[in-house]
Amino acid sequence: MDRRAVYKTAWIGGLLLAPQLLLVFTFFYWPTGAALFWAFTLERPWGGGNEFAGLDNFRMVFSDTAYWGAVWRSMVFALGSTALAMGLALLFALFCDRQLRGYKAYQTMLIWPYAVAAPAAGVAFRFLFAPEAGVFAALNKIHPDFWNPSVNGFHAMILIVVAYSWKYLAYNFIFFLAALQSIPRALIEASAMDGSGPLRRMWDIQLPLLAPTMFFLLVINITDSFVDSFGIIDLTTHGGPSKATTLMVYKIYFDGFKGLDYSGAAAQSIVLMLLVMALTFVQFRFIERRVHYR
Amino acid sequence: MNRFLLTGATALALLCSGAAQAQQRIKIELWQGLTGDLGSAVEEVCQRFNDSQKEFEISCPTQGSYDSAVQNAIAAFRAKKQPTIVQVFDAGTLDLMLSEAFVPARKLMEENGYKIDWTNYFPGIANYYANSKGELYSFPFNSSSALFYWNKDAFAKIGKTEAPKTWQEVEAFARALKSAGYECPMAINYDTWTLLEQFSAIHGEPIATKDNGYGGLDAELVINKTKFVDYIKFMKKGLDEGLFKIKLPETGANIVQAFASGECQMTMTSVADHGTVGKTAKPEMKWSVAMLPVMEGTKRLNSLVGGASLWVLNGKSKDEYRAAAAFLNFIAKPESELFWSTRTGYIPVTKTGFQHLKEQGFYDKPQYKGREIALESLTASEVTPVSRGIRLGGFIQIRKEMRDALSDIFAGKVSVEDGINAAVERSNAVLRRFEKTYAGKQLL
Repeated sequence: MDRRAVYKTAWIGGLLLAPQLLLVFTFFYWPTGAALFWAFTLERPWGGGNEFAGLDNFRMVFSDTAYWGAVWRSMVFALGSTALAMGLALLFALFCDRQLRGYKAYQTMLIWPYAVAAPAAGVAFRFLFAPEAGVFAALNKIHPDFWNPSVNGFHAMILIVVAYSWKYLAYNFIFFLAALQSIPRALIEASAMDGSGPLRRMWDIQLPLLAPTMFFLLVINITDSFVDSFGIIDLTTHGGPSKATTLMVYKIYFDGFKGLDYSGAAAQSIVLMLLVMALTFVQFRFIERRVHYR
Repeated sequence: MNRFLLTGATALALLCSGAAQAQQRIKIELWQGLTGDLGSAVEEVCQRFNDSQKEFEISCPTQGSYDSAVQNAIAAFRAKKQPTIVQVFDAGTLDLMLSEAFVPARKLMEENGYKIDWTNYFPGIANYYANSKGELYSFPFNSSSALFYWNKDAFAKIGKTEAPKTWQEVEAFARALKSAGYECPMAINYDTWTLLEQFSAIHGEPIATKDNGYGGLDAELVINKTKFVDYIKFMKKGLDEGLFKIKLPETGANIVQAFASGECQMTMTSVADHGTVGKTAKPEMKWSVAMLPVMEGTKRLNSLVGGASLWVLNGKSKDEYRAAAAFLNFIAKPESELFWSTRTGYIPVTKTGFQHLKEQGFYDKPQYKGREIALESLTASEVTPVSRGIRLGGFIQIRKEMRDALSDIFAGKVSVEDGINAAVERSNAVLRRFEKTYAGKQLL
């Protein structure tokens, strides 16, 4: 017999939903609506005028080579940081799951970075990686410009990928470890008795069973790398040298808030939103097929 | 019964507090963009105003940076919660000027019964914040100009006792310093304010058509056709030869720190850094300042003002405007200017203020000696159409484009011509976009 609890009157349900809906409306639909409006007009920062522009803002965005540069760099950043943060997190989680000596201490310490705010992490990495004062100063003495993210765009990109991944590594680690620990021990022990070593067991049992977690983390990591990199960039490279670390989200910030081009920034954020939605769709459509939940 | 009593008591209490409030001072806010030591200096100015009279009270919270001061004021203005006064930096001037969000300086002072001699402001400073007819829109506040800093000790080693007057001399001196064993003869960065804006003004080279934008919103950048190109080639050559070194905060030390520590022997930066160098350099290090060098055979024009001005925003009450006028009148007094210039490295903005500083022997004191050169540089000539200032829309983005171009050029990624041409093209797109945004608006 079906014994689901249901509200007899619809309005109670509605009432209980209202606070959540209000929040979503205030913090998502309203700003998105304003951005949409600005994206199709030319907004004056101090108010007092708003010219209808049709698709001009989008045309400008797409015809700008610097914009495509930012799109390309965002992709590189997303792939680089996701691969690094997920790969290392998985490795560390597997080690911790094997309960190597001192794993409890590692486990705790590996979770901490996620609690550090992005700006704090940014400041720490800027200091650590400063070419004339940081840990690389000694290497730079031997070979000038061995490491110089203030001049070399490639170095700067490495810097923000590493700083960003450092934080997400912790996040991914928690999920991987929890997933590994939910794999029945009996499975592992049985295969161990059949004579398979740790690598074999990892390949044949643990990784396939981790697939749903991996998929979830992949979606989250890719999405966040497009929208959450601002704090790190603003505190380490400011998008430079030249435009080498100007990702899409940083360009939106610069054009909108610093450059006061509200409409151009609004058009860019609409494009970014659509891009992230499309990427998520692609992941669900093509990768999720290969994930088995049971 | 009880409830009746309580209501009566509450009403009475409300009445009393209302009466008390009427006697309280009129409070206004000034949002400033300076932080740290300079931010505290602004707060001290506000405190001095509060102590000087009983009618008004101003508070001057910092917004974290020049950019944030503008951003926050815009957000607040749109929500109708704007401060009475906001500090806006040079590049943010035009957006505000074209808006209806402010009360022009002259109108504010006239309506509140102050008679201001507007010609008392140095023309090189006032024109930056005035319309094309010379009527001031905002109040010049923290003003600076660029200076050439040089290390006397190092110069003594190569037998020089004076600062270089031309860039050709800079090159020769730098080469001598290098062979005398100095690793970094001159520190430079990608600052467009000195490399592009000041250079163009003092050499009489235009930055944009239409008198650098004063003549209309349809101006276009022309810096790919001026002496600026030769200058950047010159700088690039010096960099390649090791005569100049790039110093950025990201590499560990900015140009001011590199100069103050004695690592680099020459640099050019704002007079506002004069105090910082004095405070952070070793006491035994001898250094001095001079006007920026010019290219050989050039007649020097006045340099440009940097810094920020104070804008009075629309939509406040009569009382608040009375308070704002009183404050702005207060800061333009010679005593206030003396305090401000002593406390910071900024220069006085009025002729009477400068006169007062001279009479007080300010510039004779060793720690302030040389700061008058910034004013000499600002007043080196009559203000001409190209040295009046820069009035370009989206100027923050244009500065960024130029900065990016300079960093690519200096890193050797593009040639000087290609880098500047590309930046000019991108900047002109910014200008056209700005023009469209303000379609139908005229520059006054």
